[in-house]
Amino acid sequence: MDFLRPASWEEALAAKAEHPTAVPIAGGTDVMVEINFDHRRPEYLLDLNRVELLGEWEVGEEDVRLGASVPYTRIMEHLRAELPGLALASHTVASPQIRNRGGVGGNLGTASPAGDAHPALLAAGAEVEVESVRGTRFIPIDAFFTGVKRNALQPDELIKTIHVKKADGPQQYSKVGTRNAMVIAVCAFGIALHPETRTVRTGIGSAAPTPVRAREAEEFLNAALEEGGFWDSGRIITPSIAKQFADLASAACNPIDDVRGTARYRRHAVGIMARRTLGWTWEQYRGGARTLEGAA
Amino acid sequence: MRVNFTVNGRPQQADDVWEGESLLYVLRERLGLPGSKNACEQGECGSCTVRLDGVPVCSCLVAAGQVEGREVVTVEGLAEYARQRAEGGSCASGACGTTLDEAKGWSARGAGPQTGEGAPSPRAALSPVQQAFIDAGAVQCGFCTPGLLVAADEMLERNPSPTDEDIREALSGNLCRCTGYEKILDAVRLAAARQERQGEAV
Ligand SMILES: Cc1cc2nc3c(=O)[nH]c(=O)nc-3n(C[C@H](O)[C@H](O)[C@H](O)COP(=O)(O)OP(=O)(O)OC[C@H]3O[C@@H](n4cnc5c(N)ncnc54)[C@H](O)[C@@H]3O)c2cc1C
Ligand code: FES
Ligand code: FES
Repeated sequence: MDFLRPASWEEALAAKAEHPTAVPIAGGTDVMVEINFDHRRPEYLLDLNRVELLGEWEVGEEDVRLGASVPYTRIMEHLRAELPGLALASHTVASPQIRNRGGVGGNLGTASPAGDAHPALLAAGAEVEVESVRGTRFIPIDAFFTGVKRNALQPDELIKTIHVKKADGPQQYSKVGTRNAMVIAVCAFGIALHPETRTVRTGIGSAAPTPVRAREAEEFLNAALEEGGFWDSGRIITPSIAKQFADLASAACNPIDDVRGTARYRRHAVGIMARRTLGWTWEQYRGGARTLEGAA
Repeated sequence: MRVNFTVNGRPQQADDVWEGESLLYVLRERLGLPGSKNACEQGECGSCTVRLDGVPVCSCLVAAGQVEGREVVTVEGLAEYARQRAEGGSCASGACGTTLDEAKGWSARGAGPQTGEGAPSPRAALSPVQQAFIDAGAVQCGFCTPGLLVAADEMLERNPSPTDEDIREALSGNLCRCTGYEKILDAVRLAAARQERQGEAV
């Protein structure tokens, strides 16, 4: 095994181009588990810790440009107002020690259906900026997950920045697990209200081969809210609309039975989370709460 | 490969390090510092917790090569680290920190009732958190203790007056199979209260 330690982004891209099989290592919280248990013996480890720009973020007009290696702890501390859904999701990841190292770039690299950043990114709206010596691509988050633990990266590409839309309304993230800390999601649900475009977006985790949006549920809800004039009146969403939204979210799942839960349970739980998180975010919207911070 | 980094305030060098090796392995097997425990090697238990450039991390999940040029504090250096912090000292002389030999020979010499080993060494024998763990009876088999001490000490540095919720959150990455956690929470509350009293006295 060789340990490559590029000191800059350009060096990292050059190393990845020269050794496309090199495994990037950022926080190491996925990679090191695989190496410790001998599930993976890469020829090259490509350490990204010295590449400073990956650890930085910038809050722009429209979006937050989040460096791939910014640890979850930073997101929770500094981006709660701009990215409430992602901050809430970050807080549910593992433990402080893991959150001090792991970040969204690694989560996207692993592309597990259970990755907690994914539903929040799907709901908020995001683009993944990836780069190689050949050039730069912006991959919409909806097109990023291509299969179980597969993503749209080419072998010579690295994730540079995740461009996440700044919240223009309340967001929530909900996760089912057996305890508060240190659980991989049985299933999870993220929701973001976008009052500016009068749309609602969602993300489902751990209930399909990839993280997915509940598109039919979104379309139904967007139409129902529009027709009923809910965005203007700020009326309470009727139970029948909430139920239909929940049922459609359930139907968007394509889960499996595994050690963490059965497919049937996952479908059921996603419906419940969809209804609850819609209720919470809509309450926040009605309250006109100027702070968009989510409640943990 | 060779890795140069700072451990407990002193420069160290590890040789013949395998590229896929963890920081935990380097500390235990190459530098002879077994304070950080190896239990799960998958980030679940926190018994390998050390500070990397001040930040608590699972050393089993840090690749050795990633610590080149960086600073690590292990439980063996915790007492000295806490002493320096209390004195507000930086280490310009290079005479502080904990040498490998001191670290290897480290044992708990508290002022508590269970330890009758005579006078503490001139260097800090126990950090306040360590003393509180002894006094509160928060140690049974002791396997989880080093990781808990490092995590608890860091929290008290950041947040001198933690709520119970803060303590639970800060220690949520550390598993203990013996104590049921109550005495551990007691110990951290005790350390916080003593720290506060000391702050008032100054
Ligand atoms: C005990 C434990 C509990 C966990 N709990 C959770 C949890 O609750 N929720 C959750 O979502 N995850 C969890 N994880 C998984 C892990 O912490 C996350 O997936 C984390 O986001 C990974 O980030 P990292 O920086 O540590 O990634 P790394 O391990 O460094 O890398 C992960 C993958 O991404 C690739 N990669 C990293 N950076 C880049 C880049 N810039 N460009 C291209 N590829 C890249 C790597 O090659 C690798 O394939 C847990 C892990 C552990 C050990
Ligand atoms: S040994 Fe590192 S967390 Fe368990
Ligand atoms: S005292 Fe035995 S594991 Fe905690």
